[in-house]
Amino acid sequence: MKLLIKSGRIIDPANRRDEIADMLIDDGSIAAIGSGLSDAGAEVVDAGGLIVCPGFIDLHVHLREPGEEYKETIASGAAAAVAGGFTSICAMPNTRPVNDNASITRYIIDKGREAGLARVYPVGAITRGSRGEELAEMADMKEAGAVAVSDDGRPVMNSQVMRHAMEYSRDHGLVVVDHCQDTCLSAGGVMHEGRYSTLLGLKGMAPAAEDNHVARDIMLARLTGARVHIAHISTAGAVALVRDAKREGLPVTCEVTPHHLALTDSAVQGFDTNTKMSPPLRTDDDQAALVEAAADGTIDAIATDHAPHHLDEKMLEYDRAPFGVIGLETALGVALKVLYHGRDSSGSPETAKLKLSRLIELLTIGPARVFGLPAGTLGIGSPADVTIFDPNLEWTVEPAQFKSKSRNTPFGGWQLKGQVIATCVGGRTLFRK
Amino acid sequence: MAFNRKDLLGIRELSVEEITTIVDAVDSFREISDRDIKKVPTLRGKTVINLFFEPSTRTRTSFEIAAKRLSADAINISVSTSSITKGETLADTASNLQAMSPDAIVVRHGSPGVPHQLSRLVQAAIINAGDGAHEHPTQALLDAYTIRERKGKIASLHIAIIGDIMHSRVARSNTHLLTKLGAHVRVAGPRTLMPPHYEKLIENGEGSLTVSDNIEEAIAGADAIMMLRIQKERMSEAFFPSIKEYSIQYGLTVARLGLADPDCIVLHPGPVNRGVEISSDVLDGSRSLVLDQVANGVAVRMAILFLLVGRATE
Repeated sequence: MKLLIKSGRIIDPANRRDEIADMLIDDGSIAAIGSGLSDAGAEVVDAGGLIVCPGFIDLHVHLREPGEEYKETIASGAAAAVAGGFTSICAMPNTRPVNDNASITRYIIDKGREAGLARVYPVGAITRGSRGEELAEMADMKEAGAVAVSDDGRPVMNSQVMRHAMEYSRDHGLVVVDHCQDTCLSAGGVMHEGRYSTLLGLKGMAPAAEDNHVARDIMLARLTGARVHIAHISTAGAVALVRDAKREGLPVTCEVTPHHLALTDSAVQGFDTNTKMSPPLRTDDDQAALVEAAADGTIDAIATDHAPHHLDEKMLEYDRAPFGVIGLETALGVALKVLYHGRDSSGSPETAKLKLSRLIELLTIGPARVFGLPAGTLGIGSPADVTIFDPNLEWTVEPAQFKSKSRNTPFGGWQLKGQVIATCVGGRTLFRK
Repeated sequence: MAFNRKDLLGIRELSVEEITTIVDAVDSFREISDRDIKKVPTLRGKTVINLFFEPSTRTRTSFEIAAKRLSADAINISVSTSSITKGETLADTASNLQAMSPDAIVVRHGSPGVPHQLSRLVQAAIINAGDGAHEHPTQALLDAYTIRERKGKIASLHIAIIGDIMHSRVARSNTHLLTKLGAHVRVAGPRTLMPPHYEKLIENGEGSLTVSDNIEEAIAGADAIMMLRIQKERMSEAFFPSIKEYSIQYGLTVARLGLADPDCIVLHPGPVNRGVEISSDVLDGSRSLVLDQVANGVAVRMAILFLLVGRATE
């Protein structure tokens, strides 16, 4: 089966390509890129005025299966992924039971294949049950297909355990992903500690709780030489630490979520529990630092931290509701709004914080490099994971229309500009608007 | 005068005019409580539900008496938060209450924002009787009424609020209200119990807000001092070493009161830890308006019920 994508603006940061051209996909791979391509046997898609780029890669999603299928399943999460332009998603291990052994890793991979949508890469646990005590069977999980290890949601507080995790994962070529939060310092907190937590009487989480954990992980990376990836970075302080670590040449990377780029703690006013996530929404200054870090290369990837929760669970008191929001189906529109179209709504690319190619890099080859995934490129011969989007198509976020099983988004009703038109995984068109 | 809100959720969102409307309305209700027959038919046929998710005697009783003196039917529902643990969501609670067609729901809850969440789900007027450490608007209104009754004004007064500011909804609501009305508010307490950026709490207003480094500085020359209750369980969370030390360092004694203006008045939202945050001789002394606050509380709540529920009848 052949597919010929005509006249799109092909942006492929991995190969420094940004040009209007045609692309031929044959037998699941990129066969040719050039002008005036034709193939009598190919299905032709007109991509005039559209962006054609590598399929997006999300390093950080929660698919809830096994154990909490009422929130999301691997299949529904993978459907939400392709609807959002994502062709590869990395499933965090905080399922029930925790993905801390090869059987569960294989289960997730099988379910992902069965769904036949976005590619699903499991992330294994760092410690058994993510309890932060004994190491999980990382090498087994890697052989079964895990691409990284993390105790996401349950930061590894014991520094000696983390040190051993880093040393061991280095032997086995695994990236250690850490949710950085000093859980003693942030105990009981439900939002960022600052003026708004004081106004609202909600218990805050001081930014120092993230900063000191990031600092510790960087020191341990220096000590062990392990590959460390900071999940959902959210403070100006943490960004500065990662920037310095990179300058020093340490193997440290980080990701940022669309919601931390787009929202601040002032959004908590009104007590909408869809503004509650961990790490929490931070201040204007933190937001500005994140945008700057996305531009200057300190941040390697945009990752959604897609965290589905059932409506009943979010319909609770603010301080009792669970942390987390979904993001797969709004990531592109929100990222374009904040980083490209400009926040002054003029929509002029001159006010853009990032070039379109840099924004696409953060969604494609950037994350691919962090976990060493065989994706994120439109090189000839590569698997044809391709996303086609219209950067100027205006739409309104209607959570009821989501492919995800959950509706917990802070962006309901938002007017966004930029929508996915088609998503191909391995040459198969699995989503079409 | 205008008070056209559906609910009373907090002081922060109220205008000076709205606050003045409520406080000005209190006098006529205060007078009812001094009569032999303390009942008027104003809210006959109206239903007021007191929905308390946190134990409270004083505020609940005050609302109940206020409703009954206005001839409303007052129903008390005490919900232990454990029944919520069993699975009832806030939305279920709201729809069950709405099905009983109340005219007003007075709600107290340990979680900030619950009155706001409920107000979006029910048609009844929601009155916030305290939501976590967020707001306690009726307390601030009765405090303002009490201060104005004695001092004749709020504007330009120096008012100290002392103690556990972090966990205090009374401090927040009073800070909003008193500064809106032009008072100069100083807050003080152990730094462990001072929430971050408290000095940036207020957005505008005639008055000012200062976070003092020590209690003496906050009290010096004050026209009114508001002492806050210290919860003994804060000790186990390492906020301060002991009740004894707290009392010595932060308690209001006759000696400390001597630093204030000679006509300084003393308030406390209650219930008081006698001999902890306030010494008995101050509490029982002539400057203490603690019992006036309780008496005024009923009249303030009558005024609020009238403005939110009674007005709709006319």
